Amino acid sequence: MADKMATRQAYGKALVELGEKHPELVVMDADLSKSTMTAEFGKVYPERFFNMGIAEQNLYAAAAGLALSGKTVCASTFAMFASGRAFEIIRNSIGYTKANVKICATHAGITVGEDGASHQTFEDIALMRTIPGMTVINPSDGVSAKKLLEQAVAMYGPCYVRLGRAAVPVFYGEDAEITLGKGNLVKDGKDVTIVATGIMVNEAVIAAEELAKEGIDARVIDIHTIKPLDEEIIIKAACETKAIVTAEEHSVIGGLGSAVAEVVVKNAPVKMAMVGQKDTFGESGKPDQLKEKYSMTAADIVAAVKGVL
Amino acid sequence: MDIKALEKTAAEVRVGIVKAIHNAGSGHPGGSLSAADIVTALYFDEMNIDPAQPKMAGRDKFILSKGHAGPVQYSALAVKGYYPMEDFMELRKIGSKFQGHPDMNKVPGIEMSTGSLGQGFSVAGGMAMANKLDNDPGRVYVLLGDGEIQEGIVWEAAMSAAHYKLDNLVGILDWNGLQIDGKNEDVITVAPVVEKFESFGWNVIQIDGHDFQQILDAFKKARECKGQPTMIVAKTIKGKGVSFMEDQAGWHGKAPDAEQTAQAVAELGGEM
Repeated sequence: MADKMATRQAYGKALVELGEKHPELVVMDADLSKSTMTAEFGKVYPERFFNMGIAEQNLYAAAAGLALSGKTVCASTFAMFASGRAFEIIRNSIGYTKANVKICATHAGITVGEDGASHQTFEDIALMRTIPGMTVINPSDGVSAKKLLEQAVAMYGPCYVRLGRAAVPVFYGEDAEITLGKGNLVKDGKDVTIVATGIMVNEAVIAAEELAKEGIDARVIDIHTIKPLDEEIIIKAACETKAIVTAEEHSVIGGLGSAVAEVVVKNAPVKMAMVGQKDTFGESGKPDQLKEKYSMTAADIVAAVKGVL
Repeated sequence: MDIKALEKTAAEVRVGIVKAIHNAGSGHPGGSLSAADIVTALYFDEMNIDPAQPKMAGRDKFILSKGHAGPVQYSALAVKGYYPMEDFMELRKIGSKFQGHPDMNKVPGIEMSTGSLGQGFSVAGGMAMANKLDNDPGRVYVLLGDGEIQEGIVWEAAMSAAHYKLDNLVGILDWNGLQIDGKNEDVITVAPVVEKFESFGWNVIQIDGHDFQQILDAFKKARECKGQPTMIVAKTIKGKGVSFMEDQAGWHGKAPDAEQTAQAVAELGGEM
């Protein structure tokens, strides 16, 4: 396996490069800049970096004010506080106004690890995708995180970019074609399709390798853009393979699984299973231990595939 | 604009408010009328704006953070010439540009969609930060309700505006003392507001929010203040200008009927 890198690391690095290309780019944070990795941008472009303190509501409303004045704003804090605490500010002051704010939320999901349930967000994709006009992005590795961030910054309008704390394998090559709004066929297959997002794409690839040993040919699709969803690639998979298993480091309620199911039931009903956080809170532990305990590993995907076939 | 002309204009703005809310059959007359003099002073004297160029570079901006008072902003923009007053009479009707709370993407001159309390104040801070960054001479004015400052985000924004020394930001507190459920002090006490904002690092000016000379002087003093944002604490009367609405919490969110509207318009010297 290739090198490991947290998607937040890729974000921090990409911001510095984007700062040069986009003089209108402003970065904001809420006293977590060393964790969200926005601090580096702050060092290179101090005049365009604003620390708003531990005040996420003001972070996102002020970000809207800067954006509506012509700035492109990347505003970061942990996913819990961005999508949860500031939800209604994001909905009314960013979504409703169509402000050009990129909500770059780090430390999403169970892999926050030791900090425990209060910081482990499983609701953010569900919340953000209900806001009209919100683009929802969940990169699977460092390479795609950088490429998607570049595209998010280049487009006009609100985006939610979900980033992780833990170092995860980098499996895309630098030359990989990653297009916002387009699902990525990671591996073709004819028996079943695993539709994964974020760090679960890597688990899906491992699961497909395991399934191949047992004669099951699994297709793997990386849905890095949950909204707008690439319906075409989902419908094609529903028509060409026998079942779909979704995999996400997020609640099975309202996230990728739900988004895919909404497309499948309307267009090409097929049996589905959803791998993700069940309807429960997390707890403290090491990311790998937690992924195992809360059933978000390659083995869980394999079991789900066998269940639907 | 001289004081007499401002008073006349404010009466015109008030007539528009009352008529539109009557036509709509719902809306918030009390808080719209209490802010009418302040908003008139801003649009007709203080601010550098041009109705022919609503997006003019370097313009001053006004954010109505207490978005439920939308009729005062809509009416003032109509009188100023952004659109005909008759358009605004479609307030709250289906398909109308004039939403129950202001929508910046529908109505020219509206700088921010507001309605969810506290957010406009914080957004105004962000706009003032952007102007500082760009050396844009535009100033940002933001009107808050007194009940509105019960929102936590107001104090987050108050802290950051002082931290970033936003002397291009002017808050105006429409202190009419009443909110939906009654008097501020019976719901949740907001006083002392002057000391609160001073302790948050703001330059605070106290005025009578219905005295144009005091309103204009306060804006001038705010412009002279460097390194600090200014909060103008304006003592006002809810429902000001319409005798039966004055100082009545019951007129926070209720439309006048035909007879009441006729009386209100007559009191304001307008015509039906």
